[in-house]
Amino acid sequence: MEVRAKMEVAKPASEQPAGWTFRVRQAIDRSLPMDHLLPVRQPYYVGSWIYVFGVVTIAALVWVVVSGVVLAFMGPQWWHDSSLGRFFNSLHFWSVQLFFIFMVLHLWGQYFMAGWRHGRAATWAIGVVIFGVSILTAFTGYLSQQNFDSQFIAVNAKDAMNAVGAGAFFNVLNFGQMYGLHIMLLPIGVTIFVVLHIVMVRARGVVKPIDPEGGARP
Amino acid sequence: MKSMGATQDEYYRGVRMVPYDLVKELALALAGVGILAIAVAAVLSSPDVAPITVAAWAQSDPVDFETTATNELAGTTTSAGYGNPYNTNGPGQSWGPIAPQKWFGTRIPIDSGNTFVIQPLQRAAFSNPDLGTALDTWQKASSDQQGKWTAAYSKALTTATVKDGKVTVADGDYGPLAMMMPSLLGVAQTGGLDGLLMVSGRFYQTDYTPALLFMGDGTYLAGQAQQWNLLGNQWGMMNETGRYPGQTWLWLYTMWYQVPPFTSSTGFLGINSSNADLGIILLMTLLTIALALVPLIPGLRDIPRWVPIHRLIWRDYYASRKGGART
Repeated sequence: MEVRAKMEVAKPASEQPAGWTFRVRQAIDRSLPMDHLLPVRQPYYVGSWIYVFGVVTIAALVWVVVSGVVLAFMGPQWWHDSSLGRFFNSLHFWSVQLFFIFMVLHLWGQYFMAGWRHGRAATWAIGVVIFGVSILTAFTGYLSQQNFDSQFIAVNAKDAMNAVGAGAFFNVLNFGQMYGLHIMLLPIGVTIFVVLHIVMVRARGVVKPIDPEGGARP
Repeated sequence: MKSMGATQDEYYRGVRMVPYDLVKELALALAGVGILAIAVAAVLSSPDVAPITVAAWAQSDPVDFETTATNELAGTTTSAGYGNPYNTNGPGQSWGPIAPQKWFGTRIPIDSGNTFVIQPLQRAAFSNPDLGTALDTWQKASSDQQGKWTAAYSKALTTATVKDGKVTVADGDYGPLAMMMPSLLGVAQTGGLDGLLMVSGRFYQTDYTPALLFMGDGTYLAGQAQQWNLLGNQWGMMNETGRYPGQTWLWLYTMWYQVPPFTSSTGFLGINSSNADLGIILLMTLLTIALALVPLIPGLRDIPRWVPIHRLIWRDYYASRKGGART
């Protein structure tokens, strides 16, 4: 050990750890050490049932993605014409329903806990962005079903999209565009924001219970 | 500046920490939610009502089909007078100077009469010289003459009879329409128009804009939707065919379509039923921004402190405080 220590000391300054990679690593170590990312201990009040809604939302999202990947791999005809395809279509449908139910319960839970306190306002705001992008993802999914619902939703929704100018670029009557957005860009968006949300939650830890003497400010 | 790690350690100083297995919790959640989703999917399946084809429309309601096609030529359908992004025949929705429908121009050009009627008939006329002559007559006629023919044929369709899928109208001066409309109906009933509306000069095609706009101009599609409670005034935006939940998360967006000023012709501050889409999306955008900014909005951010639901959520914590125990 002494020999190695001497060798380190003997290194010229140009060989000392430095550079962008080292700084990024330091920043990650500082802001999200493994103790915070995957802690093995939590404040005792985290035992409340309310904390379940966040994790079951993530679990439902995993099932949405898994069933969606199977549907995307097999192609649109499959989910109409085969019983297995219809089952995976149903699994995708109900996973989405569960995802939204759990997400809304998580949102209301966080609201009544004032989960944005003590520097967590951005975490709350990112959560709202996830909610919005998820709605857009589900909307393009309804347009991609290739059934009567898709037809009528498209014919009606075009007016709202056109009224705000979005219809010029986001054509709900164009299956190819909606399907591409639904299975590629929007799920990536949801996933990135969810990962960011989780990292922010883990970096700061769960918020303390509301102090009767304190406020609900961020 | 203190590191985040030090901040979290400081934040929890004095708080009793207990063992907690996040990965195990996630694994159990994955299993539980998966079992629930698989069970519900297996038992309840999912909605999948077959889409309507132009052929089905023409077979089921040939009078509505011919009426729509005639109105396309007359330029009186929704799509024909829509405005941007399809054409410049309508003003589009606006609220004072806010007129985003106009801002991006005609990016998806649709000439309804030509796209839905004339061009498909031209393709179908290669084996029917009489239809070719009728089309020639139509295109060489003045717009005034064309208007008289469409008006006469539209009126005749209101008392038309249907036998074996064919529409019979009273005798009258319909010019070439007497040949064009039954021909279009015949092509549609065989399924030919479903394909002709998708012709784009390219082999692969995934854009259903012309066919959906054409079907949307008729009353058949909306009639079917009404049976499934899908119309806008039936909270249709959050409904789905059958007894299935639809996009229930759109409940607030859908609700605005049921209440004034969005349902009123007179409206309030320039928002009314004619620009309801624009008004509602602007309102929902503002509400979404407000939701994201709740932590910064006095009153909204204080409700959780006033409403004692947090005492239910963290009842052990408050019970221990009441008992004098410090965290």
